[in-house]
Amino acid sequence: MIWFSALVLIPLMAVVVTAVEGGWDVFWATITNGQTSAAIRLTVLTALGVTAVNVVMGPLIAWVLVRDRFWGKSVLEVMIDIPFALPTIVAGLVLLSLYGNDSPVGVDIANERPAVFLAFLFVTLPFVVRMVQPVLEELDRDVEEAAASLGASRITTFRRIILPSLAPAIAAGAALSFARGVSEYGSLVLLSGNLPFKTEVTSVRILSSIENDNVPAAAAVATVLLAISLAVIVLLDLIQRRVAARG
Amino acid sequence: MADTLVPEIVDAPPAEERRRPPRVRKTPVTYLMRFVVTAYLFFLVAWPVSLVATNTFANGFDSIRSLVEDPDMVVALQLSAYVAVWSVVINTLFGVGISLLLVRHEFPGKRLLNALLDIPLSVSPIVVGLALVLVYGGRNGWFGPFLLDAGFQVIFSTPGIIMATTFVALPLMIREIVPVLEEIGTEQEQAAESLGASGLQRFWRITLPSIKWGITYGVVLTLARSLGEFGAVKVVSGNVLGQTRTATLAVEEKYLNFDQQGAYATAFLLAMVSVACIVVVAIIRPKNHP
Repeated sequence: MIWFSALVLIPLMAVVVTAVEGGWDVFWATITNGQTSAAIRLTVLTALGVTAVNVVMGPLIAWVLVRDRFWGKSVLEVMIDIPFALPTIVAGLVLLSLYGNDSPVGVDIANERPAVFLAFLFVTLPFVVRMVQPVLEELDRDVEEAAASLGASRITTFRRIILPSLAPAIAAGAALSFARGVSEYGSLVLLSGNLPFKTEVTSVRILSSIENDNVPAAAAVATVLLAISLAVIVLLDLIQRRVAARG
Repeated sequence: MADTLVPEIVDAPPAEERRRPPRVRKTPVTYLMRFVVTAYLFFLVAWPVSLVATNTFANGFDSIRSLVEDPDMVVALQLSAYVAVWSVVINTLFGVGISLLLVRHEFPGKRLLNALLDIPLSVSPIVVGLALVLVYGGRNGWFGPFLLDAGFQVIFSTPGIIMATTFVALPLMIREIVPVLEEIGTEQEQAAESLGASGLQRFWRITLPSIKWGITYGVVLTLARSLGEFGAVKVVSGNVLGQTRTATLAVEEKYLNFDQQGAYATAFLLAMVSVACIVVVAIIRPKNHP
């Protein structure tokens, strides 16, 4: 317990304390500063967009992995986990090699906004898939067959039977992937070029504040990120309790 | 104990039979979805990752060889390995401790602790680094000057890197062990206790063997995460060549210095380790969850 507080709680408290030390006005001025707010806006909007993609693709991938059987499926299975295990800086390099300036497919999005989107997409890939997959495996096929035998079409079955049971898992995965997207740093260093107002994300902004010895500003922006991740955690906890309550 | 287990084993195969899905009806939609998913993963994951391998071996084994011969690189790789091992050891010990605490004991603030454990997963590594600098920074951190007087530098040296790495990998171990502990319950331990086993004996003979797979996954995941940590380490390490530069920091440095071959080679090594880790998990997991 002491170890946990020394490692996690006290440092995080220090961030918040440093941020509010200068008073509310300074805090507000820091995060509404043009470059910072542009960075925060870019990060949050991109993370939302990526989460939306994941909400569609995640269950689809999970569905194929659970219900379909074909040669090479286990390879796909391993591929899902790669973005999670791969060092983020390597992830950035990896994406740069395909979508950077000497791309073999002729797509060059390095230093552009889509690069941020792509990097987020890569690192958040596993979350929704891994949340949905176990639920889908547990799902009782009898209910679906019953629905089908009562004349429900495949779409109706999906919408009325499958989707409701997957919804909490999808929501939890979406929350995680949003949090991960907002906090992503490593993969963007090489890929996005970190141009102010264009491809600079919040984490990079914090780092440049630290390097300029402007610790209060860094702490202020860090507090915003911290608040976002706390909100996500609370949301996750609520989802889990709702699922547990339903049985 | 054997008596209680036998019926389950006998029951298992029919249950498995019943749950096996009936032959899937193949429709155009099935193939379409299969195709979409494969293509998506191919463009997002498989192709980029394989390109790193191709780029590394574009000149044969030269880039790998020059990497191993570069003394700074060797130090960086050793440091990464050293930090990862320490972080795995610390997280294993405390992970088991905290998991036991969370599952077996009721105390006020338990839900809060449980929720807070997820912070390292969702908070930005940069924020983690900043937080550690603020507290343990040598000049004006909360505890830093005190520790520095005691002859112990945390930030810009190895302990800081270990702390940052341990921080970000913290939840992985706990999240693997807690479900297992919850599932096995306390009946066996109570039985052992009634037969006169001491607390330590119960832990070694009953609890530890049943969570050993959970710990194994935890170790593998923590190892992968620790080797790959970049953001938090970047803030706390100071990136001193040959002293506090880890392998991930070296990748960035090399790339920005237009040493693409070196960057790809280092990235390839790191990627190999992490792919090896997940393959290991993928192989041993099914045995545990039949």
